[in-house]
Amino acid sequence: MTTTIKTRGRFGVYGGQYVPETLIANLHELEQAFEAASADEEFQSELRAILKDFVGRSTPLYPAERIGADWGGRVILKREDLTHTGAHKINNAVGQVLLARRLGKTRIVAETGAGQHGVATAAACARAGLECVVYMGALDCERQRPNVERMNLLGAEVIPCEAGSRNLKIAINEAIRDWISNPGDTHYLIGSVVGPHPYPTIVREFQSVIGREAREQYLEREGELPDAVIACVGGGSNAMGMFAGFLEDDVELHGVEAGGNGEIHAAPLNSGSPGVLHGAMQYLLQDGEGQILNTHSIAAGLDYPGVGPEHSALRDSGRAQYHVVGDDEALDAFRALSRREGIIPAVESSHALAFAKRLLGERPGLNVIVNLSGRGDKDLPSLMERGLL
Amino acid sequence: MSVHQLEAAFARAAEEGRKALMPFLMSGHPANAAFESNLEAAGAIADVIEVGVPFSDPLADGPVIQAAAAQALAGGTTLAKTLDVLQRRRPGPPVVLMLSFNQVLAGGVERFVARAANAGVSGAIIPDLPFEEQGDLRELFASRDIALIPMLAPTTNEARMRAILERAQGFVYLISVAGVTGARDAYPAGTIDYIRKAQSLSPVPVCVGFGISKPAHIEKLYEHAEGFIVGSALVRGLERGESVARILKPLRAACDAALATGTQS
Ligand SMILES: Cc1ncc(COP(=O)(O)O)c(C=O)c1O
Repeated sequence: MTTTIKTRGRFGVYGGQYVPETLIANLHELEQAFEAASADEEFQSELRAILKDFVGRSTPLYPAERIGADWGGRVILKREDLTHTGAHKINNAVGQVLLARRLGKTRIVAETGAGQHGVATAAACARAGLECVVYMGALDCERQRPNVERMNLLGAEVIPCEAGSRNLKIAINEAIRDWISNPGDTHYLIGSVVGPHPYPTIVREFQSVIGREAREQYLEREGELPDAVIACVGGGSNAMGMFAGFLEDDVELHGVEAGGNGEIHAAPLNSGSPGVLHGAMQYLLQDGEGQILNTHSIAAGLDYPGVGPEHSALRDSGRAQYHVVGDDEALDAFRALSRREGIIPAVESSHALAFAKRLLGERPGLNVIVNLSGRGDKDLPSLMERGLL
Repeated sequence: MSVHQLEAAFARAAEEGRKALMPFLMSGHPANAAFESNLEAAGAIADVIEVGVPFSDPLADGPVIQAAAAQALAGGTTLAKTLDVLQRRRPGPPVVLMLSFNQVLAGGVERFVARAANAGVSGAIIPDLPFEEQGDLRELFASRDIALIPMLAPTTNEARMRAILERAQGFVYLISVAGVTGARDAYPAGTIDYIRKAQSLSPVPVCVGFGISKPAHIEKLYEHAEGFIVGSALVRGLERGESVARILKPLRAACDAALATGTQS
């Protein structure tokens, strides 16, 4: 199902390079650098060393026994929350910083929603001595304040984006515009499996360490494969990283989109239609004229009207199934994991947890791996202020 | 209107020894009625008119045109309303639509092309539909006599330039600098070389856009292009309450000034 970079970044009809002409040369250059790096043992071993000693991999695969007992099955957590900077985003950030260095770039721009990708990028840039500019929706700056402070401390410049919905979509618009204006010295370090080819492939490859580790760890522990893996889907990078390890197996793949408050949501695979946004054909929330609709989710990292092209193809083929979990259900899972397991999950990851509960309720006794994509520290001030915890 | 009208407009300008002036107006900006009268006013001055259909997330636009698009969308501007306005306008210079690919896709590309043709549109500029993604869309547009206008950027290498220009129809849109739309004080070194290269390779008229805001810009690039596109400067002037005629007059004069200033090659 998953195509390789050789098919020029198409996943079925999805993907492509729908970008202004100014960026085409950069995308070609990036594709070549990525192909060369993939075949370069020195690059790969440097990346492995960084993942081990800077990021802290491998991350544990942890059986959450009390919550499993509560929900009626076995819940195994892939602990991406334990990585350096606290979310899976760092896997991709360190990989792309190595690519940027290979390309001779001196400046990195990134977008961020929850701030986890921004923090990861800022940390990876600090380590590599690269200038770092992070675009972040003004709404997200408010609701993920601890991450803004962390980025500043790590030496990144955070630029709040005030336009329109003041969230992740707007931040990506601004990051792309920055890149169009500075194509020579700047690398755009995109944070999910979205954007024009080769980004969805590059980010999947850098995140696939999650699924590879999880599969190996599960097999070693249990001597068999799980029944299902579950991950939340914003742009879809933690989900794609997890799914990549199990695509060829007889294992169910469940992606969980944000249902918001019921009225306004961020669930394009469930309620959208194919279109082009941010350089790729994908499922989108749009009106009849092709205007992109506003979204809402309590999780800044899921609050996005599009989704990666590979997920769009996996949805159509039926190889993966995509579900919707709303704000309240996610918050219930957030509290439950904190109380019952002593682990405070990111509000994004809580969407995946909530679906695990629902799935085990319907089919008790299943063995499921939930990708705990990040930790919830960033969410506490805003959730507490609003009396939501 | 058709791609032939577009070619004729450039041919006429060339015959008369001047450069084509192509102002950009955002549909529905600053308001629907004002857009219609501005379109007419521009028709009296321009050789070709570029009409933007507002999009929620335009990647290639700077703050001025973004704001105009947001205002137009808030005022209820749609593709359908834009095409209505174009259909009922008085005869004037050929119109080229500028919009994002998702707006073309939304109702189906074939339907878009048919509607645009019925409204008398001569060409389409779709900044996020680069050469490789156009596939057989060029032929589809051509089948209704609409030119899918190719774009070049300073980052386009020569081999790619050749491939793009080989299939060019109508005119070629040269993005003057790596960047988004918006006024600039000066152009970086190398701009003229890039424009000159494109002109030497192009079988169709070369038009320069992005950042053309004052006569000095046109004077500097005069001999290297057949036309100049003025977007943000016009939109910003309209925001300030100036008239189309007042904003375009000095730019028109710069386009006409070949013999007077002796800069013609
Ligand atoms: C902890 C966490 N999980 C998930 C996401 C969603 O992104 P993706 O779908 O690319 O994994 C984010 C994004 O900010 C995040 O911070």
